[in-house]
Amino acid sequence: MPEYKVEVKNLDLFYGDFQALKKINFTAEPNTVSAFIGPSGCGKSTLLRMFNRMNDLIDGVRFTGEIYIDGKDVFAKSVDVDGLRKSVGMVFQKPNPFPKTIFENVAYGLRVNGVNDKHFIEKQVIEAIKKAALWDEVKDKLKKSAMELSGGQQQRLCIARTLAVEPALILMDEPASALDPISTGKIEDLIFELKNQYTIIIVTHNLQQAGRISDYTAFFYLGELVEWNKTKIIFTNPSDIRTQNYITGRFG
Amino acid sequence: MNPLKRFIEKITRGVLFTSSMVTSVTVLLVVLFLFKEGIGLFNQNSVEKHLVIAVNSENPVSAISSTDVKSIFNQDITNWKQVGGKDLEILPRSIDELAAQFTEEQLGEGFKNLSSLIETYILETPGVIASIPDSYLKNDFKGKLIPLKKISLKEFLTGTEWIPTAHPAAVFGAWPLILGTLWVSLGAILLALPIGLITAIYMSEVAGQRFRNILKPVIELLSGIPSVVYGFFGLVVLVPLIQKLFKLGVGETALAGSIVLAIMSLPTIITIAEDALRTTPRALKEASLALGASHWQTLVRVIIPYAKSGIIAAVILGIGRAVGETMAVLMVTGNASVIPHTFLEPVRTIPATIAAELGEAPFGGTHFKALFALGIILFIMTFVFNTLVETVKTKKI
Repeated sequence: MPEYKVEVKNLDLFYGDFQALKKINFTAEPNTVSAFIGPSGCGKSTLLRMFNRMNDLIDGVRFTGEIYIDGKDVFAKSVDVDGLRKSVGMVFQKPNPFPKTIFENVAYGLRVNGVNDKHFIEKQVIEAIKKAALWDEVKDKLKKSAMELSGGQQQRLCIARTLAVEPALILMDEPASALDPISTGKIEDLIFELKNQYTIIIVTHNLQQAGRISDYTAFFYLGELVEWNKTKIIFTNPSDIRTQNYITGRFG
Repeated sequence: MNPLKRFIEKITRGVLFTSSMVTSVTVLLVVLFLFKEGIGLFNQNSVEKHLVIAVNSENPVSAISSTDVKSIFNQDITNWKQVGGKDLEILPRSIDELAAQFTEEQLGEGFKNLSSLIETYILETPGVIASIPDSYLKNDFKGKLIPLKKISLKEFLTGTEWIPTAHPAAVFGAWPLILGTLWVSLGAILLALPIGLITAIYMSEVAGQRFRNILKPVIELLSGIPSVVYGFFGLVVLVPLIQKLFKLGVGETALAGSIVLAIMSLPTIITIAEDALRTTPRALKEASLALGASHWQTLVRVIIPYAKSGIIAAVILGIGRAVGETMAVLMVTGNASVIPHTFLEPVRTIPATIAAELGEAPFGGTHFKALFALGIILFIMTFVFNTLVETVKTKKI
């Protein structure tokens, strides 16, 4: 078992001529929540999208450096990208359920990965919905369209969808930014629960949220990983003046 | 508020209201005109103007249809029994045939005796049926004039012959034309749908940005080419090709029409389907990819289902265009108003019929009205297609 779930080594990334990430070095231990914070455009979402190679879809992205997940090189030529994405779940900023039934939304990841066993799919779907703390609200309407759910329910459905394929790592890109406070609270509770089984990296604009849910916090500024440490230390005793200014709300 | 401002606002609103009303009313009036003229067809019979149909006074038949008159004069119907009369041979006589029976002496100067000679002949010949100009009819004609039945809607829609020049009574059966229109359109859509869809998918999902930027304007340009040019292309290139390929007597066939129409409706189908495919939110595609789906799985399971209603709308709009298209089809389908059995036979579509015949149909006459009635059929067809588009478009999952 490698020591780190996620390891980033000397990562530089360019969009055309613009350098979006500068010499990033970062690690995450298993069963922890790491929060990426920083002002808009600082590169935190870009880094997140490197872990499941979502940036492959964008033209003109170049990078150097390495990322390891469970000790395996994400960018090795032999890597099956679809398989990688299956093992690295992602929850997006806005809830984006498929225009299908609630059941089919959660079953989707299994189906596209070639699972045909009806009973297994059903078991996984129910389990995932339960883990996402959505079961009581949707158990009677699994055949209804996912579009009928509220925004908060949809986001938990998206989390369930990710859990159903049993990822090794879950990435969350501001998962609560489009939700009301009550739904946000539910998502945060859920993240806290999931930590027992999964490693989570979450991008957030909400400093209080980062303080509440994360074990480690990384502060990004203009493409640089300024500092990262235990969340408590970042919020009480940051070593870099830029971090301090950001935490105390002087900019950003 | 400033009174001047309020005044200007009122004027603006008035102008907007008036122009929109005028436009709507004009469109409605056009439709109304179409229906008024077209429905007029069912208020008359199709016998030529100033012509009457006369029979022996003993003949019990009280009315016959235009189609029967045509069949009688074509000698397809030869016995009065077939049209509800006695068992008696029918002797159809046109005015020329009647006149030819008499010598010049008998007819007298300037055919002055013709009317009485005709009357006598009709009274003496039990099985006769004669079509006579009403000017040669004696004022106190003692034979029997048979009124022609009005053209019925059923007869018009299901009649299998369209012969507006038949003598003495024209035949207006729209069925071959309706079938011709549907055949050509169906063929067009069968050809255009797969090609159009594949192109749309290629453009939206596979092609690179730069290639799409070239391809899309080119395809949109295609829809700007006048249809007569497509028709000309079809006539010069496709028709001989089909003739040679299938070893036919004539290359002007339903197939040629379908191919030309398919080419013409491709830009519509491709553009709309591509737009629909590209409206699939990026977030949905990413969600699918992030779950480990491949590009193709994402296309088949997320993008196409999401764009389904747009794709269907594209298809129906394509058909709509094909159904109403006139010029290109007129030029390549051969225009024989027969019921088609294969795609390799000439057919005649409704729009082509209207375009080809309106010029020679006397204003306000039966033929004229029959063409308008065809227009109504066409209107209803396209109306149905457009309604379908609206229903499909507004239906979301």
